[in-house]
Amino acid sequence: MKDSLQLTEDGRLRHLLTLEGLPARILTQILDTAASFITVSAQERDVKKVPLLRGKAIFNIFFENSTRTRTTFEIAAKRLSADVVNLNINASSQSKGETLLDTVANLSAMQADMFIVRHAAAGASHLIARHVAPHIHVINAGDGRCAHPTQGLLDMFTLRHYKGAFHNLRVAVVGDVLHSRVARSQIHALTTLGCPEVRVVAPKTLLPRDVENLGVHVFHKMNEGIKDVDAVLMLRLQNERMRGSRLPSAGEYYKHWGLTPDKLKLAKPDAIVMHPGPMNRGVEIDSAVADGVQSVILSQVTFGIAVRMAVMSLLAGAGATGAQA
Amino acid sequence: MPANLPTPDQLIDALAAQIAPQITPDCALVGIHTGGVWLMEALVQRLKLDIPQAVLSIAFYRDDFSRIGLHPETKPSHIPFDVEGRRILLLDDVLYTGRTIRAAMNLLFDYGRPASIRLGVLVDRGGRELPVCADYVGLNLDLDPDEHVSLEKSETEGLHFVMKRKP
Repeated sequence: MKDSLQLTEDGRLRHLLTLEGLPARILTQILDTAASFITVSAQERDVKKVPLLRGKAIFNIFFENSTRTRTTFEIAAKRLSADVVNLNINASSQSKGETLLDTVANLSAMQADMFIVRHAAAGASHLIARHVAPHIHVINAGDGRCAHPTQGLLDMFTLRHYKGAFHNLRVAVVGDVLHSRVARSQIHALTTLGCPEVRVVAPKTLLPRDVENLGVHVFHKMNEGIKDVDAVLMLRLQNERMRGSRLPSAGEYYKHWGLTPDKLKLAKPDAIVMHPGPMNRGVEIDSAVADGVQSVILSQVTFGIAVRMAVMSLLAGAGATGAQA
Repeated sequence: MPANLPTPDQLIDALAAQIAPQITPDCALVGIHTGGVWLMEALVQRLKLDIPQAVLSIAFYRDDFSRIGLHPETKPSHIPFDVEGRRILLLDDVLYTGRTIRAAMNLLFDYGRPASIRLGVLVDRGGRELPVCADYVGLNLDLDPDEHVSLEKSETEGLHFVMKRKP
């Protein structure tokens, strides 16, 4: 069901809504394509763009605030020579009562070719994908707690860049898994790409009930969870999504679950530290770790541009009639 | 189809003889992925050249993206020198419609303004759709539109030509 919405009949990516159920060949194709796009942003280029999506109109429709994700999508689209329109819907028609599909229909009437959607409600981008005309492509830029597929992909790109492959990795996803769409996308991608040991490390109150069904090893103690791992994927503590008191305090959280230099010593000596941002320094991650030599957090941001360029151009090319499989 | 093509090695010798007098210190070689890169490597070896070399992948500059989508195997371009003011010798295995050369020139100009671009090809097979012509040619062939020649490389045979008939 999900695949028939995301993939064309001949198996090419039409929309990117979730990494769940996407075959490894698609994930690998995106990562390989992104590797080629890295050079487009290279310093020695006078013109840091390629003409691939010239004349295409890409709409960033963000129903939730985001600076980094929206900006990297915008830069990626511009480096592909597309025209980009940014819409912050909080402050727009929705507050006047227009429905999500009406908003999209109006933007489609303005000759949109692609929608990049961030929404607090799970499944919002799926709903849009089901209703757009066949030539329009949809990318989920984060929906509720569900999925954030381009973040998951850029994390995989970063892992592969520093570690070479997935088949021999031990990876820990640490923190607020319950509220994290990033964690879900990371876990789906890691298992699909053949990572043999995916750990989730979190207090019981910040884990979804069905977490074991995702094919992960669950740890409730930080020291055990990050022992001998190749990569620590930290998650942001999502205060704004929390209702009631799942946690005593930020200080208490830092004491037990914050990644400090001492705790990081338990991981392999060459382990890398990742974080999707924005970071709560002194809550889930210590500044000495965030700015330390094992941190690849800023590389994630840079790689995110190339990964989003790859996704956009693969989607835009999927509608081509004589496309090569 | 021509029954007996010269071997790529013979044509590389012919091309090397044409190119050798033109090489100056401000020259750079640019091979188009993949056949042009093989040609570039062979010329460097023949002429013992010590000038900068670049590899171009034109996947992001093709004019048929909206018809066939992204090429399934895109490779990064690698241009380890400043294009600005450089005399460039662009190399490809087979010159046909001229569209690849158009794409390659657009790519190069995104890196800077070269002093000049000259084109060397192993085979010019005719059938141009754009006003492009090569400065150095190993062999001129007059092929029908359904005839195709390509340069291939294998461990057993080394560089060799493959002729095919396809619509």
